[in-house]
Amino acid sequence: MGPAVGLQHYLLVSAMVFGAGMAVVICRRNAVAVLMGVELILNAAALNFIAFGRFVGSTRTLHPELTGQAVAIFVIVLAAAEAAVALAIVLNLYNHFETVDVDQPTMLRE
Amino acid sequence: MTHYPIEAQLHWIVLAPLLGFALIGLAGARLGRGAVSLLGPAAPGVAFVYALDALQALRGAPEATVLAEPLWSWLDLGALSVSVGLRVDALAATLALVVTGVGFLIHVYSVGYMGHEPDGSYARYFAFLNLFTFAMLVLVLADNLVVFFVGWEGVGLCSYLLIGFWYRDLANSDAGRKAFVVNRVGDLAFVLGMFVAWRAFGTLDFARLNQEAHDDGGLATLCTLLFFIGATGKSAQLPLHVWLPDAMAGPTPVSALIHAATMVTAGVYMIGRLGGLYAVAPATLAVVAWVGCLTALYAGWVALAQRDIKKVLAWSTISQLGTMFVAMGVGAYASGLFHLVTHAFFKATLFLGAGAVIHGLAGEQDLGRMGGLARRMPVTALCTLLGALALAGVPPLSGFFSKDAILFAVGVSSVPGRSALCLLAWSAAALTGLYVARMMTLAFLGAPRSAAAAHAHEPRGTMAFALLVLAALAAAGGALGLPEAVAHGADRLGAFLAPGWAGAGHGPAAGAGGHAGLLEAERALMLRSGLLGVSVLAVGVLACTAWGGALEALFEADPGLAALRRAALGRFYVDEVYGAAVVRPLVAGSRLLWRVVDVGLVDAVVNGLARLVGLAAVALRPLQGGLLRGYAALLAAATVLLVVWAARGWFR
Repeated sequence: MGPAVGLQHYLLVSAMVFGAGMAVVICRRNAVAVLMGVELILNAAALNFIAFGRFVGSTRTLHPELTGQAVAIFVIVLAAAEAAVALAIVLNLYNHFETVDVDQPTMLRE
Repeated sequence: MTHYPIEAQLHWIVLAPLLGFALIGLAGARLGRGAVSLLGPAAPGVAFVYALDALQALRGAPEATVLAEPLWSWLDLGALSVSVGLRVDALAATLALVVTGVGFLIHVYSVGYMGHEPDGSYARYFAFLNLFTFAMLVLVLADNLVVFFVGWEGVGLCSYLLIGFWYRDLANSDAGRKAFVVNRVGDLAFVLGMFVAWRAFGTLDFARLNQEAHDDGGLATLCTLLFFIGATGKSAQLPLHVWLPDAMAGPTPVSALIHAATMVTAGVYMIGRLGGLYAVAPATLAVVAWVGCLTALYAGWVALAQRDIKKVLAWSTISQLGTMFVAMGVGAYASGLFHLVTHAFFKATLFLGAGAVIHGLAGEQDLGRMGGLARRMPVTALCTLLGALALAGVPPLSGFFSKDAILFAVGVSSVPGRSALCLLAWSAAALTGLYVARMMTLAFLGAPRSAAAAHAHEPRGTMAFALLVLAALAAAGGALGLPEAVAHGADRLGAFLAPGWAGAGHGPAAGAGGHAGLLEAERALMLRSGLLGVSVLAVGVLACTAWGGALEALFEADPGLAALRRAALGRFYVDEVYGAAVVRPLVAGSRLLWRVVDVGLVDAVVNGLARLVGLAAVALRPLQGGLLRGYAALLAAATVLLVVWAARGWFR
């Protein structure tokens, strides 16, 4: 038996997922890939919520361990909505510029 | 405390024309011409019937009875509380009957006169005329100064709307604007007067103001003077008379109703309404008398030289209003009101006659292009003649008795400078005869001087009806107030009105009794003024016909006389003086504010701010490069920095 899995382990994983998502958003030029990066960031946040709910639940709420999970479900629903809107934007982007490269549309610059 | 059934009905006097205005104004041309022609005159007609009812109640009631209908409380601000209520005493009933009666006849006349208007503006005309009747009745029946002022402003608004009725012609709407602006000057003084009155007496109620009036430290003098300045605006007295001649740009029935019979007499009515207050301010009364007298003389002189038939009548109105103010100023309130009533009759007749002439001559107003109309339009000529003779003060027509009463009152008054005032008042009366004779001769006698005059046609239908009724009133209206010298108790109007001012301490002339010496003096004066009226008329007619050539030669021989005539034609250049002293500095000042302050300062600051924002935008533009990944990287870097900064304590 190694050491017990604690809050720090969860936070470390979450930070790594967040970092990966951030790196994807910054480095990839494909709009769909960028969206996937955003999903990773959201999931890292959801993971954080659950971890904190599990280890540092407030005593003032009825079901401390459920609070974080409830927020995580909110994050998932939000992510779904965000994905729908973002994909619609990407579709429009493609219709206008015939590309999903996020570096190409720079019409507002001048 | 007796109650009269009419007291609960008083609001109908005011409401009827308001309903007429609302109906015609909202439905407009959709009502159809026939309905407008019926509704328009019906509104003042209904009000007239209710006013008659009120008069009947008053005649049966004890002296100085006041019929009152409190309506609602308007303002309640600490010490100042203003209620809205209607109040009919002898004075208000007299005025209400003139407004609704003459108003009704002029509405009827308008049906014919405005017949050529398209449906839309026909309805607009009657809506405005009804609104005017409403505002005038509010003014007349108000029981305190604030409600009075609502009516006062209301009639000013309607006057503006109707002067500029044919607004497509710029000159007409300019005339309307001039009337409005000049009246504002007077109205400012009126508002200040209300402030002073409230400060001095703690009330704006007519009844309490008249009863509790006292002149502590000249406050009563101050506020009555301010009210009188308001009256010089509304009633076109020196020095605010300049708008009335221009107001003739409106349709002729409007000139008859608003700018002769009713609205312009509001100032005279105001002094009568506040008779008790004015009585404690003899200095103001002297000012009123003198301003009225000078105006009467000045306006009579200018009327003598005018070429436009309506302008002659307009200046004559200013002159007659001046005469009314003379009567008010010497304390002969009843005589002033009597002249107000007879003037409403004969001046409305004259205006409607002039309207018939203008209508018959297809819009011609120049006396120089008329002539010989007596043969082409005998009914109009006869009616106008009756009005003219009444105006000139020829016995036994209405104007003779009212003017006579005023001249008599001036003679026996104790006003400062009485003999000079007397002389000037008599001169003004003489001038009246001259310009009336000139106008009548030029319009109706001799040979036609234009094609339009040769083919003039008589008015028919409603126009002829209203003209005939008013001419009859102008002729017989004097019966309302025959002087005591003719028969005891003959001055019925005076006896009806006078108790309202009982205790106001006004001059002996308004009193009903009068002892034998005064009666003898009045008889002698009547003889003299009657002779003056007739002889001046005769001189005037001769000067325009038989002596015309000689007079013309006189003018040519003497450059001074010719200059005097030009000055009279140019209104003695009062408008030009105002232009140089007020209008031009105002325009120059406005231009200075515009060019220097607005463009140079305000605009510069605003434009500078805009340019600053623009520069900042140029500086910040590279940040917004459109590179989505750049934004994300910036976001991440900023977040990292924020976290590091927030956690800086841990790294120590």
